[in-house]
Amino acid sequence: MPTILVNGNPTEFTTPLTLRQLLERLELQGRRVAIERNGEILPRSRYDDTPLAAGDLLEIIIAVGGG
Amino acid sequence: MNDPLIIAGKAYSSRLLVGTGKYKDFAETREAVDAAGAEIVTVAIRRTNIGQHPGEQSLLDVLPPSQYTLLPNTAGCYTAEDAVRTLRLARELLDGHALVKLEVLGDPSNLYPNMPETLKAAETLVKEGFDVMVYCSDDPIQAKRLEEIGCVAVMPLASIIGSGMGILNPWNLRLIIDNARVPVLVDAGVGTASDAAIAMELGCDAVLMNSAIAHARQPVLMASAMKHAVRAGREAYLAGRMPRKLYSAEPSSPTSGMIAPARCL
Repeated sequence: MPTILVNGNPTEFTTPLTLRQLLERLELQGRRVAIERNGEILPRSRYDDTPLAAGDLLEIIIAVGGG
Repeated sequence: MNDPLIIAGKAYSSRLLVGTGKYKDFAETREAVDAAGAEIVTVAIRRTNIGQHPGEQSLLDVLPPSQYTLLPNTAGCYTAEDAVRTLRLARELLDGHALVKLEVLGDPSNLYPNMPETLKAAETLVKEGFDVMVYCSDDPIQAKRLEEIGCVAVMPLASIIGSGMGILNPWNLRLIIDNARVPVLVDAGVGTASDAAIAMELGCDAVLMNSAIAHARQPVLMASAMKHAVRAGREAYLAGRMPRKLYSAEPSSPTSGMIAPARCL
C-alpha cells in the first residue's frame, strides 16, 4: 500500500486520496490548519483537487502557545 | 493620552506585547493576555497531533484572530530556510496575515540569535511581502541593517530568552533606539515590572515578554503589573526625567520665610 509521511508518521492510504479526504480520515476536517506538501504551501482552496502520491511529505500545523 | 504605537502602518493603544507559552491552561493564557491589556500576542507554529483528542479546544478558539493581532513566531528555528517555511505556513494558517515575528536562533543553550541567518531570512520575508518584526542581538549595526532591509520593527534582547535577568546593557539599547526609524521593542530578558519600566524610560517603543508573566507566582497579577509598568515607563519617557545632580542637594521647599531660630528667643 502506498505510504506518505504525515508530520513524520508513516501513513498508509489507498489511491486515489485527496488532501480533503485525508484530513477527514485524521479527524482534522473543520479545524484551522495549514499544510505544506514536499516543502510547498498548499492553499486551502486546493485541498479538494490535490491527490496525494506515494512518498509525499506532509506537514500539518496549528498555532500553539509560544513567545 | 493619545499616544499610539504604530507598527506597519497600524495603530495600537497598548505598548505591551505578550507571548502565550508556558501557561497552565488556555483559560489562564486568556486571562493574563487580557490583564496585560495586550493587543498583539505571539503564537508558535507546530505540527498538530495526529489522531489525538479530536474536538479539543485550540489556542485560536481562546484568542480569536478577530479580536487579537496574532504574531506568529519562528521560535525553535535555527536556519533562515526553516524560519521562512514556518512563516509561510503561518500566513496560510491566518488567511494571509502579514505581521510576523522572525527569530533565528544560534545555540539551544542560550537561545542567542544567529544574526547572519536572521538577516538572510529577513531579506526573503520582506521580498515576499511579510511585515517582519525581528528578534536580534543588541548590536546597533545589526539592528540598523535589519531596518534597511525593510523590517517593520527591531526587537533586541535585554538579556537572554527566559532568563529574567533584566536589562543588562542599557547603553546598547540607547544606541539602537537613537539610530532607529522603526519601532524598537525589547524582546526577551524582562524579569519584573521595573525592568519593563526601565526599557520604556530608555525610549523603547514597546516591550514583548512571556516568561516574566507566565512564570510569576501569580501570572494574571503580574500581567497587570506589567501593563502599569509599561505605561508608567512610557509616560516618564515622554515627560522627560530631571537632570541628575551629582553631589549637590537642592531643597524642594522654600528656603526663605523660616520661623526665628530658637537661639533668638
